[in-house]
Amino acid sequence: MASVSMEYGLILAGILFTLGLVGVLVRRNLLFMLLSIEIMLNAAGLAFVVAGARWAQPDGQVIFLFILTMAAAEVSVGLALILQIYRHMKTLDADAADEMRG
Amino acid sequence: MTLIFYIAASVAVIATVLVITQTNAVHALLYLIVSLLSVALVFYTLGAPFIAILEVIVYAGAIMVLFLFAIMILNLGPQASEQERQWLQPGIWRGPAILAAILAAELIYLFVASGGQLPATTAVEPQEVGKALFGPYLLGVELASLLLLAGLVGAYHLARRPEPREQGGKA
Repeated sequence: MASVSMEYGLILAGILFTLGLVGVLVRRNLLFMLLSIEIMLNAAGLAFVVAGARWAQPDGQVIFLFILTMAAAEVSVGLALILQIYRHMKTLDADAADEMRG
Repeated sequence: MTLIFYIAASVAVIATVLVITQTNAVHALLYLIVSLLSVALVFYTLGAPFIAILEVIVYAGAIMVLFLFAIMILNLGPQASEQERQWLQPGIWRGPAILAAILAAELIYLFVASGGQLPATTAVEPQEVGKALFGPYLLGVELASLLLLAGLVGAYHLARRPEPREQGGKA
């Protein structure tokens, strides 16, 4: 089996992470910002799995499982917050939620 | 195997670019699912079949369905897509894109300069992952279950509609 070198896996993780970062910086819609955060979390997990495959240890995959759990909990709470913001402000604009009034 | 890795990596990058440039939320979500599936293929070529399956089931399955439910509840119509198009003027891409390109170039330089073509396709079987998960990482598993419970309670509390009586009192 021809092997993929570790550098290319890490480069893929880096590119996906920066794409997610651009998404968070550019978009004003809260839903798209949450999607971009998912991209970034997934890229971080990819870097862990690449490192785990390099040293033939299961630890990288275990950490990916924890990132997966964290992403699931974060998305459920984040989407609930977005629903509340939409109910209050009638918009998904991130700039509309900059006032600390309920 | 190397060719599959390169094809899947290209698909992942292109699909992710399309995610952050789409104006329709459902289209962006579908592109993100394509991206996650190709990352799952990357995991498979790297010798992590268990993680590849979990990526498909949990990420592309459960978490994306959660997003889909949220989009359906928000009931975003064509006017939301139009507003997105107004927010996404070409000018606002410039600053973040330049900064992120510099960051990506630095990362790529670091990864390429750090070592000489180390192979990264040692297969780690699910048995080993399970042994590690319920051996040295047992406390982490317990904490993860606690985190999921907190997420469940938090999401239920936050997404609850306010009681009519409470709303009247506030107004």
